[in-house]
Amino acid sequence: MAEPVISFKDYGFQYTAQASPTLYHINLDIYQGEKVLIAGASGSGKSTIGSCLNGLIPYAYAGESTGELLVGGKDPRKESIFTLSQIVGTVLQDTDGQFIGLTVGEDIAFALENDCVPQEEMKETVQEVAKLVDIDHHLEYAPHELSGGQKQRVSLAGVMVDQVKILLFDEPLANLDPAAGRTAIELIDKVQERTGAAVIIIEHRLEDVLWKRVDRIVLMDEGRIVADMPTKDFLTSDMLLGHGLREPLYLSALRYAGIPITKELEPQHVESLRLSEEQKERVRGWYRDQEGLFGTEETKREILSVENLSFGYTPEKQNLKDVSFSIKEGEMVSIVGRNGAGKSTLAKLICGFEKPTAGRICLEGRDLSGDTIKERAQRIGYVMQNPNQMISKPLIWDEVEMALLAGTMSAEERQNRVEETLKICGLYPFRKWPVSALSFGQKKRVTIAGILVQRPQIIILDEPTAGQDYHHYTEIMEFLKSLNERGFTIIMITHDMHLMLEYTPRAIVFSEGELLADTTAAHVLNDPALVEKANLKETSLYTLSVACGIDNPQAFTERFIASEKVRRERQEG
Amino acid sequence: MARVAILNYIKRSSPVHELTGTTKLIFFIAWSVTSMVTFDTRVLLCMLVIGAVIFRISRIRISDISVVLGLAAVFLLLNNLFIYLFTPEYGVELYESRTLLFSIVGRYTVTAQQLFYHLNITLKVICVVPIALLFIACTDPSEFAASLSRIGVSYRTGYAVSLALRYTPDVQREYRNISQAQQARGIDLSGKDKLFTRLKNSVAILLPLIMSSLNRIETVSNAMELRGFGKEKKRTWYAQRGMKRSDWLTIAFAAAILTVGLTVTFWDGSRYYNPFLQ
Repeated sequence: MAEPVISFKDYGFQYTAQASPTLYHINLDIYQGEKVLIAGASGSGKSTIGSCLNGLIPYAYAGESTGELLVGGKDPRKESIFTLSQIVGTVLQDTDGQFIGLTVGEDIAFALENDCVPQEEMKETVQEVAKLVDIDHHLEYAPHELSGGQKQRVSLAGVMVDQVKILLFDEPLANLDPAAGRTAIELIDKVQERTGAAVIIIEHRLEDVLWKRVDRIVLMDEGRIVADMPTKDFLTSDMLLGHGLREPLYLSALRYAGIPITKELEPQHVESLRLSEEQKERVRGWYRDQEGLFGTEETKREILSVENLSFGYTPEKQNLKDVSFSIKEGEMVSIVGRNGAGKSTLAKLICGFEKPTAGRICLEGRDLSGDTIKERAQRIGYVMQNPNQMISKPLIWDEVEMALLAGTMSAEERQNRVEETLKICGLYPFRKWPVSALSFGQKKRVTIAGILVQRPQIIILDEPTAGQDYHHYTEIMEFLKSLNERGFTIIMITHDMHLMLEYTPRAIVFSEGELLADTTAAHVLNDPALVEKANLKETSLYTLSVACGIDNPQAFTERFIASEKVRRERQEG
Repeated sequence: MARVAILNYIKRSSPVHELTGTTKLIFFIAWSVTSMVTFDTRVLLCMLVIGAVIFRISRIRISDISVVLGLAAVFLLLNNLFIYLFTPEYGVELYESRTLLFSIVGRYTVTAQQLFYHLNITLKVICVVPIALLFIACTDPSEFAASLSRIGVSYRTGYAVSLALRYTPDVQREYRNISQAQQARGIDLSGKDKLFTRLKNSVAILLPLIMSSLNRIETVSNAMELRGFGKEKKRTWYAQRGMKRSDWLTIAFAAAILTVGLTVTFWDGSRYYNPFLQ
């Protein structure tokens, strides 16, 4: 076999600032033209592997390394980051931050400019590469005129101008809506076919990456490689469960139906599944058995109603057009739709950050238009996506107490309220801790506690689980569910189809500022027209149920979710 | 997206827009130096007329830049006020004569010389500000870094300017989002609270803003290094435009303004034009 383009031999690495190594005894060879997925939970070391390849280690992040590493025949520890950048092209996770140029053309040309390529030649190359990633009609666009998916294309084009041998994608799906994520995976596939580069994708969303062929899956856990096998072998092994990964939904469904996952099934994609008639009947049988698990919702009283709401930041463009819906007390609702569909704008209007141009918002039947931001905040809390956007005090206690200090509460009342809130959020043992000592998920809790302390009736969360692996996702969502069970009404703005299916019975779908649908989450994802219009993605459960000849894919999805819930509760209890 | 920028590049087609960034930068520097150095009322009046003509040609409207113009006017007024408060008879000293018009109280007299001095100060500002605004409004930000580099500024410095242009709107948006979310937690930034409380409250917004900006800086610098920024001593520019005849003519014109302006000013050996001399 040919020489590998990447070769780790008993490689270990420890960041200078950390007490123990992040990587232990890594042995890994990757060859030209291969497509490898490096999966694992956050903190498993998968991103560190990426930084070792592109030279950020040791150039930007200092540390001690042991063992051997060759990238394109060179040792990154001895070469400059610039030499490495000619071999490895890296597309980072943050689609916005890595967009350096003021326009698309400039950003793609960035590496060429640094190489002193003459302008004529540069323009030609940019045109060529832009065409390959299908962004050549937007060369004059500024970053804020592009969607997340388009920005990612620009970044990809920007590293491809160097004709790199290795393309490295660090969590390419984290900032994209479902449909854009799917397109990204297709694009990566196409680019690899054209260039023959080795592709390495670092991601924990297994099912989404597997939308296109992946040769090999490398699973990381606590700094070690715990599995390194062809995709088919990996999916049929028991490595899939645990390790912070989520099993693809169609495989879970098959497992629940008592069908062992074997190589003969071709389990890599839901489309390629080869199920015998007998196995299909098993799936149908399981589907029938689950009937009745899915309970009906009792009707409750209306708490928030939005009537004919319209809004635009500029008079020319309407960000929301004549939107009406209502939320019942104690509901947990998802608001979904592509970036720029008007979801965040809606949240801002409800919280009073912006004033509607028409229509009104009522809380328990009372028009809110006269209330200030502060007054509304007593009833409706808003939690931003990133906890770092909210935390402004060094100590947990102070951070949670902050919202109360502006009010008229006595010191004793305040103390009781903060204590109670910390207990609800499971933060009481940490009350004296500095915020910086907490993990991301715990910080998220702190920000939620900072809102809860005002005892709002409704909490609106913007992308509560963005960028979280399965473990943290579950932790945050179970926490929100427990709040919901205590009676808080929860509204979530999300891209995450799993979240919407699993935790929110109801979903409100937006597209281009209009309310497209207000129905059950399972219905949304089983309606191909709706899925297409809102830039969502149908689940593999839909595809599987159709393949098995089940006439009601929506019911299949609902029963699957209900049965997962039962399993989860059984595990816990 | 909410428009927050008060002053930015306004894309129109005009002969001023056509010029390369380098030309405009050179012109702007020559213009500012001349108007800063000279106190010659004749030169300033000439420049005022030329400036007005250029403004017309640029097809930028007063309404496009009204906010900044307003700010400049306030600043000018304050500037004049303080000059008068601290040195009410500076003009007398400068022009070596004293024509008392009337006196207000104590040392605060009004002399023709002082008024003439104030007129010159005002003229200087009125000459520079519109051209400065025009420079910003008519220069494609993409070209800005390239033009700095062409007149000899190191490309690292040039690119820093470019990055500021690129990320300022992002940071502004972030600031807006954070401040809204914090207001919902009882942080009041309106004028109702006392100054000290307001200062304390602004920390609640600045701290998260700084944290998220630091994260952004890490991403940006990694992204730049991963694509070879700083590898060579020089770099080329995608957005740079070639110099045309009109560019050379404009630069020649800028040189003429500088030479003629300063020659006329210093003809009599002083930068002040003194009509009070007999």
